Amino acid sequence: MNTANYLVDITMIMPELTLICVALILLLLDLVVKNKEVLAAVGIAGTLVALYGTYKLFVFHAPQSVFADMFVLDGYSNFFKLIFYLNIILTILISLKYMTIEKASFGEYYSLLIFATTGMMIMASAADLIVLYLGLELMALSTYILAGLMRKQLRSNEAALKYFFLGAFSSAILLYGISMTYGLTGTTNLREIAAALQTLNIMESPAVFLGLIFLIVAFGFKVALAPFHMWAPDVYEGAPTSITAFMSVGPKAAGFAVMGRVLFEAFGGMQMQWNSILIPLAVITMAVGSIIALAQTNIKRMLAYSSIAHAGYMLLGIIAGTPEGLASTANYLMIYMFMNIGAFAIVIMLRREGFQGENLDDYMGLAKSHPLASALMLIFMFSLTGIPPTAGFIGKFYVFMEVIRSGYTYLAIIAVIFSVISAFFYLRVVMYMYMKDPKEDVTLTTSSTLSIALAITAIMVLILGIFPSFLLNLVRSSIPG
Amino acid sequence: MCIKNSNMSETFVPSDYFPVVIFFIFALLIGFGTLLLGVVLRPKRPYTQKLYPYESGNPPVGEPRYKFSVKFYIIAMLFVVFDVEAVFLYPWAVAYNKLGIFGFAEMMLFVFILLIGYIYVWKKGAFDWE
Amino acid sequence: MVPLSWYIVLSALMFSIGVFGFLSRRNLIIIFISIELMLNSVNISLVAFSHYLQSMRGQILVFFVITVAAAEAAIGLAILIAFYRNNPTIKVDEINLLKG
Repeated sequence: MNTANYLVDITMIMPELTLICVALILLLLDLVVKNKEVLAAVGIAGTLVALYGTYKLFVFHAPQSVFADMFVLDGYSNFFKLIFYLNIILTILISLKYMTIEKASFGEYYSLLIFATTGMMIMASAADLIVLYLGLELMALSTYILAGLMRKQLRSNEAALKYFFLGAFSSAILLYGISMTYGLTGTTNLREIAAALQTLNIMESPAVFLGLIFLIVAFGFKVALAPFHMWAPDVYEGAPTSITAFMSVGPKAAGFAVMGRVLFEAFGGMQMQWNSILIPLAVITMAVGSIIALAQTNIKRMLAYSSIAHAGYMLLGIIAGTPEGLASTANYLMIYMFMNIGAFAIVIMLRREGFQGENLDDYMGLAKSHPLASALMLIFMFSLTGIPPTAGFIGKFYVFMEVIRSGYTYLAIIAVIFSVISAFFYLRVVMYMYMKDPKEDVTLTTSSTLSIALAITAIMVLILGIFPSFLLNLVRSSIPG
Repeated sequence: MCIKNSNMSETFVPSDYFPVVIFFIFALLIGFGTLLLGVVLRPKRPYTQKLYPYESGNPPVGEPRYKFSVKFYIIAMLFVVFDVEAVFLYPWAVAYNKLGIFGFAEMMLFVFILLIGYIYVWKKGAFDWE
Repeated sequence: MVPLSWYIVLSALMFSIGVFGFLSRRNLIIIFISIELMLNSVNISLVAFSHYLQSMRGQILVFFVITVAAAEAAIGLAILIAFYRNNPTIKVDEINLLKG
């Protein structure tokens, strides 16, 4: 218990501390600076500094856990943190102009985005259920407000309200699961839980299983697995589009990060038990996501159901139960981040003063008036479907390979069938753009930052699709087998 | 350590709490009994003026349930947050001597962050009444 | 000395009442209170476990739960007020702009 030890520990959470400082500075800066672009620039700069900090820690320090084994730094957490950094940077880039159009350009926006990202990073690094809970709440509370940021619009209020109530409900369930696990094993540390399950020989105990179910249900709410997905379509539709992009990736990735760590590290010996819950969940999730999306006419709602379906595919990597499977899930999330934010960036481009641009009909004949934007949307839709030259194919292929290697061939077959079904609604957007006549003239709202974000996402989707080895090597070295 | 190992042999002794139960029953009997007695014995002659709510002799005006200003909610919400954060000060104060200078710095940092929140709320005008 | 199982049963009952209230009530404030009830039932079980296991972790978590619940209450009420300003109702059945 000496000061030097604490200082070493604090060095290890420097990126998170940097982000918190930036968020607080932004909060105060908002009171004096009226130009929101300055705040956005400060936010991006702060995120880049934190990214550099994470890179330095990754290069100079071996994987280790600090703060009495509560906070762990390893390849797994670093890979997820990379997803979160890119997610927030791309979100800020696509939202600058958009939030002005929605008349919701508040300085708190950037501050809250950074707080939410910090929460996700704490979740990715959590090696203790207490830290996990705190990170989750920091993320969730910030995202509730972000969803309701367009406070003059009833549907944004409603989205925030629904998200808040179901989120609070799920965190109460998580806490009950934590308390049961704590009561049975006597600890909240993930490694010690695994050890206690071994030494006390209570893996078969129904009480432990019940605690595990509570935890999985709570994580299921966060990553929008069916049947805990009810909030997702409403919230994704009502929230500001940039926030929809942010939370269809960030909280989902963070949810999978903690789910992977808790299941593999604490309940690693109970794979049979957790798979007996996760397999039905994955099948229902893929089915609900792919089939209900067919009936949607609002593109944000359609992408919400698509994100539910993708959560089902990602879950397959965890079901595989091997470190390789976990790597495939992480890989899928990284790819999903690029293609999903890209698709939402196009949705944002259609939004202008007095025109929502969220209906599928608004995309009719877009290719004639705006060939470049349509081509980009084509790439993102192909990638979300999983058609070969794009990154989406690599993501799905890797996950399906891992789940087959673990002996769940039937799951891979089901997933492929639902992928084919999902092609109907993704390609319908493409069909509307290229094969229908325009109903009315659509002018796109463009800005330099939005173009940068689109360029990054489109290029990454293509590069990762054609040369996947770079990302695959990165994720395999981050999550060693 | 697990529950199975922990000491669960100590059992609840009813006799310890028995006087409390008797006391509780008597309290209930006396409380409800006097009320019941009043209902049975008192004369009942209601008329309009008598049934009016008592407002110091004036005839009542307007609805009893009127809306409070939203300002009250904001102040109350801020109170809830800043009040409950003080819960961290108690364990810190108890263990102050063991934590040393580092604990002191940590708590100052915590209070400083709360201060930033306070400045933010203040400048945003949440404390303005008009 | 009260045995541990009593606390666990109390906590489970409170949690179930909270879940039931959350699922069946139609008033947003009551739903809100149900969530608080669920959180506090967890606090009871955590403190009970902490006492019987002679480990501090449970009580540390309770501190965090209390503060987070306060923050959650503040944010929830803020969202509720923002909603109420645009649409003066707190009945769940009337909140149906987004559906499908």
